[in-house]
Amino acid sequence: MLANKRMIALGTGAVAVAMTVTACSSGAVQSGGGSTGGAGAPITLKVATVNNGQMKDMEKLKSEYEKANPGVTVNFQVMEEGDLRAAVTADVASGAGQYDIVTIGAYETPQWGANGWLVDLTPALQSDSSYDVNDLLPPVRAVNTYDNKLYAVPFYGESSILMYNKEVLDKAGVKIGSNPTWQEVADAAKKVKTADMAGICMRGKPGWGDLFAPLTTVVQTFGGSWYDSNWKATVDTPEWKQAVGFYKQMLDDSGEKDPVSYSFNECLTALKEGKAAMWADASVAASMLEASDSPVKGKMGYAHMPVDKTKESGWLWSWNLAVPASTKQKDAAIKFVKWATSKDYIKLVGNKIGWSNVPPGSRTSTYSIPEYKDAAKAYAPITLDVMSSVNPKQPGVNPQPWVGIQYVSIPEFQDVGNQCAQLVADYLANRGTIDDALGKCQSIAQAAGDKHKS
Amino acid sequence: MTTTTTTQPPQLDEVRADTATDKRRLQRKELWRNRGLLLPAVIFLVLLTQIPFLTTIGFSLTKWNLLYPNDRAFAGFDNYMSALTSGDLWPSIVATVLITAFSVVMALLFGLLFAILLDRQFHGRALARTLMITPFLIMPAAAALIWKYSMFDTNIGMLNWLFRTLHLPVVSWSTEHPMMTVVIVLTWQFTPFMMLILLAGLQGQDRGILEAAQVDGAGAWRTFTWITLPHLRMYIEIGVLLGSVIILQVFDPIAILTKGTGGTKTLAYLLYERAFIGLDVGQAAAYGVVTVVLTIIVATIALKSVFKVFMAGGSR
Repeated sequence: MLANKRMIALGTGAVAVAMTVTACSSGAVQSGGGSTGGAGAPITLKVATVNNGQMKDMEKLKSEYEKANPGVTVNFQVMEEGDLRAAVTADVASGAGQYDIVTIGAYETPQWGANGWLVDLTPALQSDSSYDVNDLLPPVRAVNTYDNKLYAVPFYGESSILMYNKEVLDKAGVKIGSNPTWQEVADAAKKVKTADMAGICMRGKPGWGDLFAPLTTVVQTFGGSWYDSNWKATVDTPEWKQAVGFYKQMLDDSGEKDPVSYSFNECLTALKEGKAAMWADASVAASMLEASDSPVKGKMGYAHMPVDKTKESGWLWSWNLAVPASTKQKDAAIKFVKWATSKDYIKLVGNKIGWSNVPPGSRTSTYSIPEYKDAAKAYAPITLDVMSSVNPKQPGVNPQPWVGIQYVSIPEFQDVGNQCAQLVADYLANRGTIDDALGKCQSIAQAAGDKHKS
Repeated sequence: MTTTTTTQPPQLDEVRADTATDKRRLQRKELWRNRGLLLPAVIFLVLLTQIPFLTTIGFSLTKWNLLYPNDRAFAGFDNYMSALTSGDLWPSIVATVLITAFSVVMALLFGLLFAILLDRQFHGRALARTLMITPFLIMPAAAALIWKYSMFDTNIGMLNWLFRTLHLPVVSWSTEHPMMTVVIVLTWQFTPFMMLILLAGLQGQDRGILEAAQVDGAGAWRTFTWITLPHLRMYIEIGVLLGSVIILQVFDPIAILTKGTGGTKTLAYLLYERAFIGLDVGQAAAYGVVTVVLTIIVATIALKSVFKVFMAGGSR
């Protein structure tokens, strides 16, 4: 199967070469063909990406790019988030050069940029006026910048919002404002839950990118933080205990039944199937709930992420395309990155796949495209609103020594977050006490923080 | 081999073979030729197993975290110290032993049951056998996913559908019973394996002895406990040994169902976490070496008992 595909790829590559050769001999000069195609040698770009809908659409549209750039074949390797992170980190860190373009999260970009693992994209993007680098949403651009250099460009960005089934809430006589508090949401969840419908679905699957993505924002709005400004871990504080205790209480009272199995995709299914009434998670989920095949299309209401002590508590995440320094096809790779994050690509997705499938949260101009405004009217305004109002430099009550919301941008955080998530998951499953979980987490976090004290 | 040639009547060319010294030389030559033929395989085996192992030992003595690519140095036994003192190793050993033991025993019991059923003559036996083997042929990751969504899920899982129909409370498998969840999947997967081994044993049973027992007036239960089970003992031992070796390194159901929570973090999963989430090559290598040492100790004891099985096999 794989061998067959490769044969076909080689075959098309050869045909493409033949075509470029004839094109050159006839004197036709292709735009940009010289830099990517070189002397007409076939180029195969390997892209590692995450298995989200928007990325799969990019894979579908790669033939458009290949058509416009003869001689270039783009191969996708689509993986689950955790696998992608492990595979790409190992590849990039060891300089193996397996990938020409990698999909990385906002968490990785500043660290990998600092390590010199990524190609600085600033000059290539700024020199191209048609790319319009200033159109990228400012907070998303901020989290992908290190030392004033843009090391990755957002493919899509997201914040977190509260999504609720209006029909169900109306039936129970529950109203949710546009800026609810967590207490209001927990009370509403209790009121709307029934025997076969959870009041609220929240992630509980152990993993720093699973359970701890929403939980960190809850902690931050309850006044807690992972570290104080001197990199002293602050996990064993009353704020943490209050936030984690609240999270468990809400899940116990009205959450889904098997939280340790639930993360983004499971909650999405539960909401679509009418097995949960509310869900606070990534804003990108709204486009899936409003997709044409969704049973709850048009029945959903959206609000800002619930808060406690802060004004906003949405997170900020973006999946970005970056070029590893180890690639041997830097120019061709940058060209593909520019194509996939351009304004034209967004229009291409809109026309070829559908306007509600457009990658959101990367460019301001996306939100002024009439077709998109129409297709995404239920959630586009709130997404833009939340994404421009979050503050990645200080998302919580107290100042923090890093830029970023639901993560700490130190290399050890994956490990710290993961171990703590397992401890908290044990607490959620009634296998341990909250003091024990947070106490152990505190020492794990402190060991990591010690390496960053200056 | 030599004994058989001496007992056979001398053949023409053998008679012509001259003195004893020549014969020995011939034998030695042949010996070297045989060794020479084996050599590629041996070299291949050494390259494939010993060099990575030596590299792993090398890594385990290095301070090397992929997150800090420029901070690489010789670390002595620091990694071993942190592996042994971190407190992760012992719970992990316990989890590995418990999961392996429960899964092997359960798979063995179910395997025995199905083997006995399939040993009988009935219509469609071949089809039933093929169907019974399928769980073993499914890829472990696919099996774990099937169980996660279509069996254990609280909303759409069949187990919980059954419980709801029977008006029993819905069970949150991964949250409430993580170890049982993993053991159930492994049991389901390895029952056919045990069944195949035990079925081979049952088919190899001498019908004459069973008839004799019947003639002597032994009932089905007595025949089973006094004749069939002792006969199966060797097969059970082999099944347990092979099953343990395979289940010991199991990874997929844990990664997919429980993510190592609730006492299911086996050594294989712990290693994965240290290497691919902690990205600490040195520490992961140290855990790997410790695991190998422990496995060698266990395997030596286990293999000794298996050799006993092979040697005493005839007398049973």
